[in-house]
Amino acid sequence: MFRFLVQRLLGAALILFVVFTVTFFLFFAMPDDPARLSCGKTCTPETLALIRHDLGLNESVPMQYWHYLVGVFAGRDFGASHCSAPCLGYSFVNHEPVLDTLLDRFPATLSLALGASVIFLGVGILIGMLAALRRGTWLDKSTMAFSLIGASVTIQFLGVIARYVLVDELRWLPKPEYLPFTGDPGGWMGGLLLPWLTLACVQAAVYARLTRASMIDALGEDHIRTVRAKGLTSRQVYLRHAWRGAITPVVTVYGIELGVLLGGAVVTETTFNIPGIGKLAVNAVANSDLPMITGVVLIAATAMVLANVAVDAVYAVIDPRVRV
Amino acid sequence: MTPPLLAVRDLRVRFATEGGVVKAVDGVSFDVERGRTLGIVGESGSGKSVTNLTLLGLHNPARTTIEGSAILDGTELVGAPERTLRDLRGQRVSMVFQDPLTALSPYFTIGAQIVETYRRHTGVGRREAKARAIEMLDRVGIPQPARRADEYPHQFSGGMRQRAMIAMALVCDPDLLIADEPTTALDVTVQAQILDLLAELQEQLGTAIILVTHDLGVVADVADDVLVMYAGRAVEFGSVTEVLDAPRHPYTRGLLASVPRLSDALDRPLRPVPGSPPSLVAPPPGCAFHPRCAELIEGPEAPCRTVLPLLTRAQADSAGSAHAAACHLEAAPDTAASTDLQGATP
Repeated sequence: MFRFLVQRLLGAALILFVVFTVTFFLFFAMPDDPARLSCGKTCTPETLALIRHDLGLNESVPMQYWHYLVGVFAGRDFGASHCSAPCLGYSFVNHEPVLDTLLDRFPATLSLALGASVIFLGVGILIGMLAALRRGTWLDKSTMAFSLIGASVTIQFLGVIARYVLVDELRWLPKPEYLPFTGDPGGWMGGLLLPWLTLACVQAAVYARLTRASMIDALGEDHIRTVRAKGLTSRQVYLRHAWRGAITPVVTVYGIELGVLLGGAVVTETTFNIPGIGKLAVNAVANSDLPMITGVVLIAATAMVLANVAVDAVYAVIDPRVRV
Repeated sequence: MTPPLLAVRDLRVRFATEGGVVKAVDGVSFDVERGRTLGIVGESGSGKSVTNLTLLGLHNPARTTIEGSAILDGTELVGAPERTLRDLRGQRVSMVFQDPLTALSPYFTIGAQIVETYRRHTGVGRREAKARAIEMLDRVGIPQPARRADEYPHQFSGGMRQRAMIAMALVCDPDLLIADEPTTALDVTVQAQILDLLAELQEQLGTAIILVTHDLGVVADVADDVLVMYAGRAVEFGSVTEVLDAPRHPYTRGLLASVPRLSDALDRPLRPVPGSPPSLVAPPPGCAFHPRCAELIEGPEAPCRTVLPLLTRAQADSAGSAHAAACHLEAAPDTAASTDLQGATP
């Protein structure tokens, strides 16, 4: 198990390096000049040159790449100020350290992702299992029809409607906002409730359908017939045996999903104005803020890679055949 | 004479499918005596596996209708409530399936799976059940049973897996073991070992066995009686020597002729039974085998094409033999006194 994890983590580091490199060079394929954007309206050639120098843009691209890499592992100096490792540079736009901004924004994204996950996994898997066990009945048909609708509704549409009805009109839910958990746990939960529900509604539909399909497959497996031939009750067959086969595809899909969510739920964050990684990413791209873009991409890629390592570990727990 | 352990009478199983009603089993009767082995032989789709799965209610009940009767030691199985069947499964009637790799759960250790069966029916403690599981593994010839009990099926070889499967099936000392193609998925060298094991355990435990197979060699090795099935019906029944040495039904003769022998000339071509099994949605009229039969009585009005043959004992037989076949050649028109054994008590 230990060797397995070390291998995965080394692989993850390699993937991150590749992702970072690709992002970095892709940026220079963009037509915008970040120095110009940073310079503003009253821009003299002297200021422009100065900004270029400060941002390190007067160097060749490979040199910039090299300095960035050194910064990540050893820290680097920007003019008078020192940025200690791991240094992701300073934003071109507001000149804040990128790492601090990311760390500042990450809790909002993490809260959104984990809270919504609890809801959509719980609800989705439960509905999917029930639908599979009651296959062909009204329960199955109605939940699957609803989930098709759920999976088809987009977040920006559902979110706006839900906000209008549940918050503005009926006042059942508090205003969606992000308050740090450490300061006000109640407010944190209340403010995120609507974003969670909106995000979960769309996702739960997907998981309900996925769980139903994989549960039906699992129930058709030979060893389930054996378990029934042993005289076990239906409850024992489902709760002890069948779910194990059914849960594996769900874990796989959720692993990818979690990685995506931790990289920023762009639409949800924008719809509910939650200051997370997703919103940060949109703004960074709009402003040609290279250090911020690479920072966001790195954190998203890290989330994805770590989520996959976690999925592999969960596989090993579920299925002894995976353990080596 | 004591009643048989299992008496199946006129069992009919139909599945509702999109293409129509499939008559998977269409009136089959047989007895299984205590401590004896009945081989059920037939091609894929002849109804041999379905017969056994429905006995224990292991089919999909929503789409299946079952008629007839199957009495296990005084208990009617057809139409019995799920509760009753569930208590019988694994305890009085056990099953061994074709492919032990897929039939055993990959998620639990071999020991845990045997323990689960034993505790389900006896309610003993974990420790005692574990000891029993190890004892059974030892009994089926698994070396170092205490250690192997903590391993998973994928760590076992094919033959060992099937031994473990047999250990699990016999852990509650059942009266009847239904082995559905138990050697088909195994290496030829392992097949004989598994069959020997079954015979040996039967001798020790007195378990009756229904051995479902398409392999006449397996039947010859271990069965006492043979039931040959074709298109959901029994076409021949008798003791293993009677059926294999003096087959009465053209289909049985075809099956026997299709088995290659080492004594054959090397260039002797394989002789399969020509054609393929009939549709069970709309089986041929008359004898279901007539389109493939080498001994068909010709003529448009011939009974083979129009009349369903009944399973009858041959006239020449001395009393006592149960050897019977469902063929018009057997019950020629002049022997009108023939009685149908299909559905009636043989």
